[in-house]
Amino acid sequence: MKLPISWLNEYVNVSDISVEVLKEKLFSCGFEVEEVIELNRDVKGIVVCRIESIEQHPNADKLSVCQINAGEYGMLQIVTNAKNIKVGDLVPVSLDGAILADGMAIKKGKLRGVDSDGMFCGGEEIGITEEYYDGAGGDSVLVFHDDFPLGADVAELLQIKDVIFDIGVTANRPDCQSILGLAREVAAILKRPLNEPDYSYSQIEEDKECPITVRVEDGELCPRYCAKYVKDITIKNSPKWMQKRLALMGIRAINNVVDITNYVLLEMGQPMHAFNADFVRGAQIIVRPAVNGEKITTLDDKEFTLTSDNLLICDKEGGVALAGIMGGKNSAIADDTANLLFECAKFKRDNVRKTSKALGQRSDSSARFEKGVDAYTVEKALSRALNLIEKTQTGTIAYKTVDLLNEKIENKKIVTSYSKINKILGVEVPNEIQKQILQSLNFVIEDGENDSFTALVPAYRDDIDHFPDLAEEIIRIYGYDHIECRLLENATITNGAKTQRQLNEDRLKDGLIAKGFSEILNYSFVSEKDYENFGLDKDAPENAHVRVMNPLGEDMSVMRTTLVPSMVYTVARNLNKKNLEGRLFEFSKVYLPKSLPLEELPVENARLALGMFGQNEDFFTMKGVIEELLSFMHLGYALEYERAEIAYLHPGRSAKVISNGVEIGVFGELHPQIKQKLGIEKRIYVAELNYDLIDELLVGKVYYKAISKFPSVERDLALIADLSVSNADIIKLIRARGGKNLQSVNLFDVYTGKGVEDGKKSMAYRLTFSSLEKTFAEGEVDSIIKKILFFLDQNNIKLR
Amino acid sequence: MQEKIKELYESASSSIAQVSDLKQLDEIRVAYLGKSGSVTGLLKGMRDVAPEDRPKVGQLVNDLRVSIGNALTEKEEQLKAIEMKSALISESVDITMPAKSSEMGSLHPINLVRNELIEAFAGMGFEIYEGPEIELDEYNFRLLNIPKDHPARDMQDTLYITENILLRTQTSSGQARVMQAKNPPLKILSPGKVYRADDDATHSPMFHQMEGLVVDKNITLCDLKGTLEAFLKKMFKGDLKTRLRPSYFPFTEPSVEVDVTCFECKGKGCHLCKGTGWIEVLGAGIVNRRVLENCNIDPDEYQGFAFGIGLERIAMLKYGIPDIRLFFENDVRFLKQFK
Repeated sequence: MKLPISWLNEYVNVSDISVEVLKEKLFSCGFEVEEVIELNRDVKGIVVCRIESIEQHPNADKLSVCQINAGEYGMLQIVTNAKNIKVGDLVPVSLDGAILADGMAIKKGKLRGVDSDGMFCGGEEIGITEEYYDGAGGDSVLVFHDDFPLGADVAELLQIKDVIFDIGVTANRPDCQSILGLAREVAAILKRPLNEPDYSYSQIEEDKECPITVRVEDGELCPRYCAKYVKDITIKNSPKWMQKRLALMGIRAINNVVDITNYVLLEMGQPMHAFNADFVRGAQIIVRPAVNGEKITTLDDKEFTLTSDNLLICDKEGGVALAGIMGGKNSAIADDTANLLFECAKFKRDNVRKTSKALGQRSDSSARFEKGVDAYTVEKALSRALNLIEKTQTGTIAYKTVDLLNEKIENKKIVTSYSKINKILGVEVPNEIQKQILQSLNFVIEDGENDSFTALVPAYRDDIDHFPDLAEEIIRIYGYDHIECRLLENATITNGAKTQRQLNEDRLKDGLIAKGFSEILNYSFVSEKDYENFGLDKDAPENAHVRVMNPLGEDMSVMRTTLVPSMVYTVARNLNKKNLEGRLFEFSKVYLPKSLPLEELPVENARLALGMFGQNEDFFTMKGVIEELLSFMHLGYALEYERAEIAYLHPGRSAKVISNGVEIGVFGELHPQIKQKLGIEKRIYVAELNYDLIDELLVGKVYYKAISKFPSVERDLALIADLSVSNADIIKLIRARGGKNLQSVNLFDVYTGKGVEDGKKSMAYRLTFSSLEKTFAEGEVDSIIKKILFFLDQNNIKLR
Repeated sequence: MQEKIKELYESASSSIAQVSDLKQLDEIRVAYLGKSGSVTGLLKGMRDVAPEDRPKVGQLVNDLRVSIGNALTEKEEQLKAIEMKSALISESVDITMPAKSSEMGSLHPINLVRNELIEAFAGMGFEIYEGPEIELDEYNFRLLNIPKDHPARDMQDTLYITENILLRTQTSSGQARVMQAKNPPLKILSPGKVYRADDDATHSPMFHQMEGLVVDKNITLCDLKGTLEAFLKKMFKGDLKTRLRPSYFPFTEPSVEVDVTCFECKGKGCHLCKGTGWIEVLGAGIVNRRVLENCNIDPDEYQGFAFGIGLERIAMLKYGIPDIRLFFENDVRFLKQFK
């Protein structure tokens, strides 16, 4: 909300208060001055002069040499190219040392060999527009049509300087979306009297009914509707003081009637509308919801098709205004308008908001209604508008005021006590001060028994409901610096801690960090195309995703059902930036709908995604990470692997990870085809583990296992097997005959080629035997080995 | 005989002195003290010595043995020391050559801040609650005193899934869930992702918040200020002050913005605080009575405070990160700075 200090000063005297102090006071009371605009701050040295003579410049066809009378500055000579001047004109002249609105400094000088003591000025050089002074809008020299004294300072004369605060008003204070509303606050803050605007006006035929009848059919959407007839209108320009204030607020002057409605909107915060009374068909106004399909063309020539959700102001034939948003073209004020009907109403903010949004039609009026207008101000604002009608001699005010009120206007009553207020604040604000503050904000306070009191809330303060609201009013004026620091001294002791699950997640991340993984965070929404890019067709479970109704873009339109695509894109981005190796993880949720379209909240499933890239990474380094990590997490069950068939993973280099019969995730190399599609050259390894499942398989406790005191025995076996036989197959066979003392079986060499038959491979294992009870007797291990070899042989695996 | 002993001693001494490696030294040991060595030979020649002289000569030969033995040992140690020295020199490395290491990873800076916050508050008795990110309108708005078409909804551009299901715009949604499920006294911390239809240098469509909530019988604005100041001192390390100023949130009344002394200029005014000496860090307030009522807590018996912290903002301030988008670009060179 913009607040010109010159305008504010009309209601509260702030002339003796510096801009800095005022800004600071507003800030501490909840009104942040977001910007201070200092209009024409530096302009100086422009004075009123009379042109005494004009002669042709001796050396230039287009220039003239003028002798001017600058009053106390004496007779001066100005060289100019201006054509709109004549002898005897009063004009603004920037003298030697002057500064213009654009910051330019004026110096004495010679123009084509002739001395010039300064420069004639137009409105732009002075920093003003047509709204300030007639003739200031053009680009020629401004010629005064007033008899200003010679040598007078133009900046002062035309009051071109001002300071404008741009104030952030919080959503709970629509009453401060006006100059008067802010002035009320300033008066309370400074403890100074408020001079309200003049609401008085005189009128004729006040006993006669208004010739246009008004009927409100939907009292909920239109709690108050006031109307007043003004006849014998003269449409003309509004006075300069009004135009200037509109200009300060960034609003263009149109004509006296439109300007008055805009002025009242700014001053009182109440939108108004003026109908051409002679164009209101059937001499009746009906406020009703539109009929589905009904049409209206607004002032700006746009046609809208309405629904019953839109409140419409109608005459006998149809719509004449979109309630609270914009008037209709059919009843607009024109230069020949003779009679008008002022509308001043409260429309329900939700409805204005909804209609404005649905139709895509906004105006200053709708913006104001959306913030909330109170029914009390409706009448005040109408009076103010009529006062201005009279003051500007725009027309004759006539007939009874129409006032249809569909809600009670009464001051809310809050019964509370000074001690209750203090109990919220935690500090003792003396009763007398509490009372004074509330009174300065126009609350009426009646003291009750003990320290109780009743507060009558000003009618324009819809935001005040309960005593905590009063506490806020009191402390913001009393000063938040009175609040002390107390560390929950009177609070109950509670036992705060992380849950086991939260601790587990911390441990998971500790493990990942130890393994060299950096954590990444990606958006929870992706593009639907990402699924296609990763080879997931329409029927893939990943494609059953939650869709955002109003996404910021297609690339952020569906909620993730897998973390893999974002991980791969992250790796790809890093590779593009020549970050050629890395280990990344993301621990985030995926969103799995129970049914589509969504009827209840989806399952939010915690996932761990890993991404590994660089020349030292391969399928087995990733497998190692997964095994190490899950062992570090104390997974209660062994891991098994099965070949995975995942659209985006290399079919020969990918696996499902299974524990206790549950598939807890997949990992492997990114499918070469996907790589190609995404333009990735290097190999990338990705994993996605379902952390919710893993967390359930954690044992949570560590038990000590006895360590053998006896020497262990090792045996190496080189075996020849068919290529199709897997490492896991062989280990299984060895373990089947290894007995309880077989501690470990580790593959340490694989060989194919010379010396090994085609279609076969050589696999070398180291078997370690260890017993808790004894040292192995001579030949004891050998006899186990014999059994193992016999069993392997039966399964077509031979000793090499 | 005595002359012979002297002779032997001298020749042994001189050959030991000339020896330059352990192998030669061993040869000398064998030549003098070995089974058929010279000194051993002397002992064998004892039978030619007159019996009365035998003890004396025997003593001399024995001394000779010991002397040569000592000289050999001494020389051996010398040679070993020299050998060690040259071995050390030859094994010496260029200590400025690159380290061989397996690099450690790093937590994302947002989660570093998250952990620090939890650390600071868990000690004060706060529990951690993580609510759903896809949330019902009821929890995100309605129970928090923001009915449909409330102008406060314009403060937050909401991403909707259906009319009643949305991406939570604030972790405050967790407040209502906890208050409905548990009885006071409550001290809750609720961190997580939140979403808004906003995307520029200072806004990200997804960002992180942490909600704090205390509900008990004697909670005041002073407790709010004390708690937050204690936390901010831990977070930004230093003797900083906090300032409350009026603000508006539908779910708190009174509502405040909390500012902290600018840690760059210590309150003198600089570019970071735009000359004010203060930095805005979070929003807070006394829980609105309506919110308590909506969650079936008697507002005449209980009172509480709530606060909401933007983790990106804290991380940007704490680490001097200039652009919110850096958090989600996940450049390895960025991430590794937070090891």
